[in-house]
Amino acid sequence: MRVGVITFPGTLDDRDAARAVVAGGSETVSLWHADADLKGVDAVILPGGFSYGDYLRCGAISRFAPVMSLVIEAAGKGMPVLGICNGFQVLCESHLLPGALTRNSDLHFLCRDQEIEIVNNTTPWTTSYKPGEKIVIPLKNGEGSFQCDDTTLAELEGEGRVIARYVGQNPNGSRNLIAGITNARGNVVGLMPHPEHAIDELTGPSAQGLGFFTSILNAMVK
Amino acid sequence: MAKIVVDVMLKPEILDPQGNAVASALPRLGFSFAKSVRQGKRFEIEVEGEPTAAQLAEVKKAAQVLLSNPVIENFVVRVEK
Repeated sequence: MRVGVITFPGTLDDRDAARAVVAGGSETVSLWHADADLKGVDAVILPGGFSYGDYLRCGAISRFAPVMSLVIEAAGKGMPVLGICNGFQVLCESHLLPGALTRNSDLHFLCRDQEIEIVNNTTPWTTSYKPGEKIVIPLKNGEGSFQCDDTTLAELEGEGRVIARYVGQNPNGSRNLIAGITNARGNVVGLMPHPEHAIDELTGPSAQGLGFFTSILNAMVK
Repeated sequence: MAKIVVDVMLKPEILDPQGNAVASALPRLGFSFAKSVRQGKRFEIEVEGEPTAAQLAEVKKAAQVLLSNPVIENFVVRVEK
């Protein structure tokens, strides 16, 4: 099982994502934004950071990187794709996921351990969790407020496409406490908080983020 | 040389925390005129000579694809002399 991790100029969390992939039992492959080459990977992770300095809008420029046209094509054929934080923003800008991430409602950059509830464990990235399982992983972003129109929101809720919700007080003004969503097919997942920073007790608030990376191995082995 | 201006604003139904922050800062400085404030982006694009209809159509396309995110923003294209 080979999982590609894309690095854009300004990406921060590619190393941690690669480390989490290995901890989850898969092989990691580094992908470069300017290469139109997915190197035969079975799945792709778009990690967090500030790709292209968040110029224009978060993820807006990254969407047009050469590697992204291949990701969009592969996602259309069912390849599992996980976008974390800035990666989630890139997936929305690429129209692989609906909605958009906007400025946190209180304008603060948040960096804290956040409890979330996994509400959909049927995607290739979430099968290691039980439905309703609560985990604590870091949340760190300035533009993490998930917004969409009422029709899209009804669709996401009606089709069970919300994969994770914030527990407790809404940290950033996201509609319906949405922390993560998936596409209609269920192979593309976007998540605001960071499971890759919570894969062992030594370096994270918990090891509860590891499930995303063991899930992808299980999804491919099946 | 003419200037094509693209104004991009968050859609009215989208929360604008930056605009709200400006609106609450104004009265602290003694400015009491503002009922509400919305903050947006302005792009100024210079072109040689008078912009043609084809150029304006291209700019509109670019505004749709890149300069704005149609999920959360509206835009207006105009020519400034």
